[in-house]
Parts: sequence; structure tokens; C-alpha cells
Amino acid sequence: MTTTDSTTTSTGSPATAELRVDRLETVLTPTERPVPAGPWTASLVFAWRAILKIKHVPMQLFDVTMFPIMFTVLFTYLFGGAIAGSPREYIQDLLPGILVMTVAMITPYTGMGLNQDIQKGIFDRFRSMPIWGPAALVGALLGDALRYSLAAMITVALGIAIGFRPGGGAVGVLLAVGLLLVFSFSLSWIWTAVGLRMQTPESVMQVSMMILFPLTFASNVFVDPATMPGWVQAFVDVNPITHLTTAARSLAHGIPDTGAIAAVLVASVVLVAVFAPVTMRLYRSER
Amino acid sequence: MNPHLAVETIGLAKSFGATRAVAGVDLEVRSGTVFGLLGPNGAGKTTIVRMLATLLRPDSGTAWVLGHDLVQDAPLVRRRVSLTGQFASVDEELTGRENLVMIARLHGMPPRPARSRADELLEAFGLADAATRLVKTYSGGMRRRLDIAATIVVTPDLVFLDEPTTGLDPRSRNQVWDIVRALVAGGTTVMLTTQYLEEADRLADRIAIIDRGHKIAEGTAGELKASVGAGALHVRLRQAAQRPEAERLLAAALATEIHLEGDPTALSATVDEGDEERVAHALAELARAGVAVADFALGKPSLDEVFLALTGHPAEPADAQTDTAPPAGGPHDEEAA
Repeated sequence: MTTTDSTTTSTGSPATAELRVDRLETVLTPTERPVPAGPWTASLVFAWRAILKIKHVPMQLFDVTMFPIMFTVLFTYLFGGAIAGSPREYIQDLLPGILVMTVAMITPYTGMGLNQDIQKGIFDRFRSMPIWGPAALVGALLGDALRYSLAAMITVALGIAIGFRPGGGAVGVLLAVGLLLVFSFSLSWIWTAVGLRMQTPESVMQVSMMILFPLTFASNVFVDPATMPGWVQAFVDVNPITHLTTAARSLAHGIPDTGAIAAVLVASVVLVAVFAPVTMRLYRSER
Repeated sequence: MNPHLAVETIGLAKSFGATRAVAGVDLEVRSGTVFGLLGPNGAGKTTIVRMLATLLRPDSGTAWVLGHDLVQDAPLVRRRVSLTGQFASVDEELTGRENLVMIARLHGMPPRPARSRADELLEAFGLADAATRLVKTYSGGMRRRLDIAATIVVTPDLVFLDEPTTGLDPRSRNQVWDIVRALVAGGTTVMLTTQYLEEADRLADRIAIIDRGHKIAEGTAGELKASVGAGALHVRLRQAAQRPEAERLLAAALATEIHLEGDPTALSATVDEGDEERVAHALAELARAGVAVADFALGKPSLDEVFLALTGHPAEPADAQTDTAPPAGGPHDEEAA
């Protein structure tokens, strides 16, 4: 690794870099075959893998943290006065929306990671092992929940620092974040399907952004849809992001909108019911 | 289904769109042996291995792996086989140790035994020093060793190695060969694909030559070489002045024409299969007459020549070749180089 001291590297490593043929025999002696990990254990092992990657390259959290900070600060101070009279007024509505947007925008990571695994060949190893098929995906999604939680935490903390005062208190905010995590987990199944289909991680990102940008902007995240043309409103009304934002706002401010919450949960179930089987079919199919 | 066979396929076939990647291949791999699939890029070797490792579903044909039906009992097959793919299938963003612990845990080992198994493997594979380094900092040879270590975390009954030494330097290649030999010594059956004739020659008990989705020949390295005809005796003398005498003696003993090489001390002669005794006798004649021999070699045709003879094209990427293969086994008098 380091070349500053060539004497130690040249005397230190070769001795152990040698293949130990004598030891090979020992490690190759067949031992009792363990019972392969069950679905839950296997998923947890994959979640552990996802967390290890974050540990080794913390820089990959940079966009997860910078994205919410940038958006919260920019939108609050740029549009706050114009839209809601003052930044302080605006952030009460905006912050749950930014929360939704931030987390939705980072969901494609799971699909990208999956695509990378396929390109690198490690996926073949997993697929040829006696483990529950979806474990690799479920585990990655579990690991990514950590990413989402972190992004949510940063957004909320920053929001509170610049004037966000949730009426629902800590419990309200936690419930809002919880609902958001449920939806993100469900949304991710779209990207796992995309990730299994596309040729490169970059194309996964492009496809997901093409879907996510209109989905997050054509919603009630930034402004009240009342001023939009009818056809846009029609889209905004059926957009699950709109319902999620309404639900998150209502929970954070302590006045739960059960209709919106129910709509989000239904959307989540539908997403999983449609895209989990598609993902699994693609997972098992050959490439 | 033969219980002594680790792999048995009948008419195994697989197409991708209009391309017949594998066009009906019969294979029999005896348990505890090394079986080599030899062929150029795109011959269908990888597709065969991926089918046998349950990653691809055959279009037609039957296959038993370790006595299990490949398609119906895929989960049982997965429990007993292990695959090392063409590109080192390890996680570059984890350390070597974490990679092995992960695989051990997935195999169902509890955390503590998983860790000690990982350490034991790292030690044996000469990776102990690099255990806590990210795999992306590993050299190609280290990566490949880790890859194979991951393959044997739980000692499998059958290992598929897809081009295990492609792109490795000679030293790393020798290490991989040592590992393969140790695997077989431990009772594991190994099926490997390779483009390198030397590798198949060195490692494999039996070799199937695959070209354009077909098995065009099969046998031991010796059988395959013998099938294309004669070998050659090469002799080099200490003194050029003794060459005429050597030529006369050899011609008499071998009853064949002696070829004088460009090198004034060298001679060679074509020798038929099974004529080793006659060769020994000829060399003894030289010694008795006081002709000093610097070195001699009784060469069988190389597998390269075998490949060329069988396929009509050298063991290189076959895409540019459009001509059809000549009848297998026929002798050829053109040297490849």
C-alpha cells in the first residue's frame, strides 16, 4: 500500500503473500456442511454488507447529507417570502415536503448498487448459493433504510435550527419519518427491477431521475396546487408523492390526515405487489 | 444416471436469440477428477458452466449434477456446488476478510466460526497481510485467490472454475494451479474452462474440446495429442562435426528419414506413436558410438496443434473464421507457427 519504506514492504509481505500449500490441505478438508442461512439471517447479512460499504467509504453519504441541506436552505430563503409571506412561515409546510423529496431522490441507490453487483459478477456468486433469492435485495433495502433515516434526521435537525416548529412534536415527526420509510422501501422495488434490467449503473440513475423529477416536482411539495392548470392538478392529485407529503405534514403537525395516510399505505402495498414479483422474475431470469 | 459421475449431460443445449451457444453437448465427468473444457472465446464453455451451476436454464437436454437433476433439483445442486466466475466475483468495496465472513454467514455459519474460517482461509491463501484491506486495492492474483477462497468457504463437492487464470501473471497462475491440485487431492471434483492449452494439459485428467457450441473431441491430453498423429524426436549434439555420424545411426535405428535443422548441431525425426522403445534404442546407439548428446526431447504434438487439426483454426477468437472444420483426427503437416 505505502511505498515510503521499501525495505519493510519488501521484507514484510512476501513471506505471508506466499500460498501456504501445506495449509491448503487443512482448509480443504471437508467439514460438516452447515444449514444455509434462512431468509431473515441472509437478509441481515446483506444489510450488514451495505452498512460496511458506508463505513469504508463515508464519502458516499456526501450527497445524502448535502442534498437535504441545500434544498432546505435554498427553498426556504429563496421562495419563502414570495410563496408564504416569510421563510419561517414557508418552512412549516416545506420541511415535510423536502423530507419526502430528499428520501425519494435517494431511493434509486438500491437499484444502482444491484446493477453494479451484476456487472461485477458477484451477483452470480449469490445466485449460485443455497440462499433465499430475495435476500440480497431485501438486505440491500434494509441497509439503505439507514441512508434514508440519516437524510431524514439531517433535514429535520436543520429545519428545526432555522425555524421549523412541528405541532406534533417528536412523536409526530417520528411517525412522519416512519411513514416515509415505508413508502421509500416500497418505491425502491421499482429501481431494483430497473437495476436488473439496465446495462449500466448510470442508465439506472438516468431512468430513475426521469421518473423521479416529474414525480416530486409535480406535487404539492413546494407550492399549493390550487394555482396550477387543471391538467397538472389532475396529475398532482393522483401522484403518491402528493399524498405522502400531505400525510407527512399532517403527522408532523399533529393533525393526522387519515385519508392521505391510507392512500400512502395503499400505494406502498401496490408498489410492492407489482414490482417485487417483477424484480424477482428478473432476478431469477438469466442474463 | 451413473453414481460415479459428478456431472452427466445428454444433449445439453442453450440458445440466446438466434445464436446457438451450446448445441447439444454430452459430457461425463468422473467424481474426484479435473475435467477441462477447452476452447476459444465464444465457444460456449462459459454457457455450459453457467448452466451446470444453475445460473442458466438449459433449453433442452438432460443433466445430472452430483446425482441431482439440474433443473428439477436446482436448490439441492446449489447446496453442493460452487462457482468461481470469469471475473473475480468478490466485493471490491469490502475487505478480503469481510468478503469471506459474508459468504460463510450466508452458508449458515454462526458469526464466530465464520470469522475463524475466514482467517484460516486468508492464511492458507497467503492473504493474511491483506485481510483488512479493501479488495479494490488487491492485485489480479490476490483477487483471484480470494475469489477461490470464497468458493471453498464450505468445501463443495464440485467446483466450477471459469477461466481461473485468464489475465494472471505466471506466478499467480502457478498458485491457482496449486490450489486446484489441492482441491482435487481433498476429494473435490473440479470442472474448469480455459483457453490455454497448456493449462488443460497440466491440470485436467480429461479434456473436452469445445468449438462453436459443439464438443469436437474428448480424451486425456495424451489421447488428444495422439489422435492427430505423430510426434517428433529432437536431438542436439555437443559437436557439429558428429552430426553426419549421428544422422546415419539414427536413420538406421529409427528406420526413418532424419531432418537436419538449421542449427548445425541439431537433428530431428518423425516418430510414430508407440515408438518410444525404438527411440530409446536409437539414443543408446548414439552413446555407444561416442556421439555426445547435449539434449534430446521426444515431443508429442502440442495441444495447439491438436486444436488446429481438429477445428481448422487456431485456438484464438473464432469470430473471423468462417470455414468449416476438417474431419477430426486427420493428420496435418502444417505447423501452426
